Amino acid sequence: MAVLRPAGEFDSTYARDMATVRRPWQWLLLLGFIAALYLLPLYANQSTVALVNRIGISIIAAQGLFVLTGLTGQISLGQAAFMMTGGYISALLVTRAGAPFLVALPLAALGAGVIGLVFGLPSLRVKGFYLVMATLAAQFILPWFTRHAFPELLNGAQGIVVPPPEIFGVKFNQPGTYLYLTLSVLIISTIVAYNISRSRLGRAFVSIRDNDLAAELLGVNLFQYKLQAFFLASVFAGAAGVLAAHNLRHINSETFNLSDSIFLLGMIIVGGLGSILGPIFGAILIELLTEAATLFGPFLVVLFPAAAGGQQALRPLFFGVTLMLFLIFEPRGLAHRWRLWKAAWRLRPFSHL
Amino acid sequence: MNWQLIPQFAVSGLLAGGPIALTALGLVIIFKSSYIFNFAHGQMLLLGTLLTWWFAIEIELPLWLAVLLALALSAGLGLLIERFALRPMTGQPLLSIVLMTLALGQFLQGAALLLFGGAQRNFPQIFEGAPYRITVPFLIADKPVLILLKQNLVWSFLAAMLGVLLIGALFRYTRTGLAMRGTSEDHELAQSLGLRIHRIFGLSWALAGVLATSAGILMATASGLDLSLAVVVLAAFPAVLLGGLDSIVGAVVGALLIGLAEGLVLAAQPQWIRDTAEIVPYLLLLIVLLIRPEGLFGQKRIERI
Repeated sequence: MAVLRPAGEFDSTYARDMATVRRPWQWLLLLGFIAALYLLPLYANQSTVALVNRIGISIIAAQGLFVLTGLTGQISLGQAAFMMTGGYISALLVTRAGAPFLVALPLAALGAGVIGLVFGLPSLRVKGFYLVMATLAAQFILPWFTRHAFPELLNGAQGIVVPPPEIFGVKFNQPGTYLYLTLSVLIISTIVAYNISRSRLGRAFVSIRDNDLAAELLGVNLFQYKLQAFFLASVFAGAAGVLAAHNLRHINSETFNLSDSIFLLGMIIVGGLGSILGPIFGAILIELLTEAATLFGPFLVVLFPAAAGGQQALRPLFFGVTLMLFLIFEPRGLAHRWRLWKAAWRLRPFSHL
Repeated sequence: MNWQLIPQFAVSGLLAGGPIALTALGLVIIFKSSYIFNFAHGQMLLLGTLLTWWFAIEIELPLWLAVLLALALSAGLGLLIERFALRPMTGQPLLSIVLMTLALGQFLQGAALLLFGGAQRNFPQIFEGAPYRITVPFLIADKPVLILLKQNLVWSFLAAMLGVLLIGALFRYTRTGLAMRGTSEDHELAQSLGLRIHRIFGLSWALAGVLATSAGILMATASGLDLSLAVVVLAAFPAVLLGGLDSIVGAVVGALLIGLAEGLVLAAQPQWIRDTAEIVPYLLLLIVLLIRPEGLFGQKRIERI
């Protein structure tokens, strides 16, 4: 689909042509939206703010998969394990080494990146199902490691109690204040992910996804770029894991499990693969479904007396149905729908597209 | 290392590989016919076993009838899955197919929880009786070695092997089996020769459902029935890759090797080695992927990375 731009708008410089936010009113809308999000604790209740927190964290983790799966085409079932890695590293740095949160966050993200790099190594030799299996191995080996290795440090299956983050003496211990932290990291990660996708690095990733042989012939170093993709994906996952662990105040090997990895993959499919809007739309929809599962759970117990804990049953059920419907009827996801809708609006009243 | 214990753990590990072999066989049949790796296999197994439990305990049917009904229903479930979930995915990229089976797994997991709840249940014992005692006819460290085998384990293993042989015979000697082998060679060629490949895909899903349920029943008689049954199946994934994704012999050998490795690890003296029992399949998997990605018996596909 060709890029549709409003009539009467001429890009007189390359910088203007490349710009993402193109018009003053778009800047206004964007900044207004961000301001509205930051001011959310003033007019929304606690549970809404907590929900937005969870959505933000999911978006950051899904952005990692956007780079790895959406751009580079490598499927990973280990994203939640890398989130766990980030969470554990940060928890250890803060509780054992007494590091300030602002130091622990980037260090933990980088640490998760390095671990992700190690589990990305099989991608140099295998692809497809085989790579899925290799990343699935990460999802088993890393939690196992936290349960059994260094019991005096990692505290085995019980995990670690994580203190709320503290930056320059300000404690982020309420959903309302924690939101500022999540949103700030989210804005940075969105800018980074978007700029990866439209830079030389992103174009190399896309070339690997579309045809790895051709990419290699064009001089794209597969070895280097695939590992970079795994590293970046795990850095995003690590940052999201840090935020999630400090938000929950507790982390153990069960905090991030296989179904979380599957949910993250589902988010980028539902949202739209290979579009920066994909993780955002997908995470919002899937987290809202989880919220709906929590809401409907109690009613369900009346209908199905056997169902222990309605939310536990409804969450995978809703997710499975939604993902299956999207895969069959709209494999390009919500981002594609959004593009169509925008184009239709621009071409109104004509229906051509 | 306690050498006295090695034969005991090796044999029981090997026998525990029997139900894993049945599970792995189901995965291989689907993969061979349609190049789909079924990540929902664990949940199919769970649902089938829960159905058996429901027929046998809640409706109080005789056990053989309960098992037959559950097997029939799982075959039907397999057909439904093929028709409504996987057929629209024909020709779609790998990622969509992988995610379709993952979504299916989540859906079935939710359905199982909704209908049956997540409680731990006692599954009817099928093979009861005192454990067999076998004295090994040689000495280790100047002492005779005694192996204790639970009847349950032995008969489950034999039942599983019977299932494997039946499937092997189906593929080897029947026209349907021939058609299935032909389809696995080349879809378009098979279709142009007049094979209805969608019917064969459906048949392989139904077979996989039956195999999954029977494996689940064998596992549940040994260790009880709860949601973790779906996770046990994750040991079958490495087994399939170890043997080679498209080899029936390979799946069985791989599963037995995985069982053996898990058993041997449990025989070790240091605690930290025994702790690795739950990830041994995946450690083996990583080694196989790095050294010989096509597995022990799999066809080598020339695919450049």
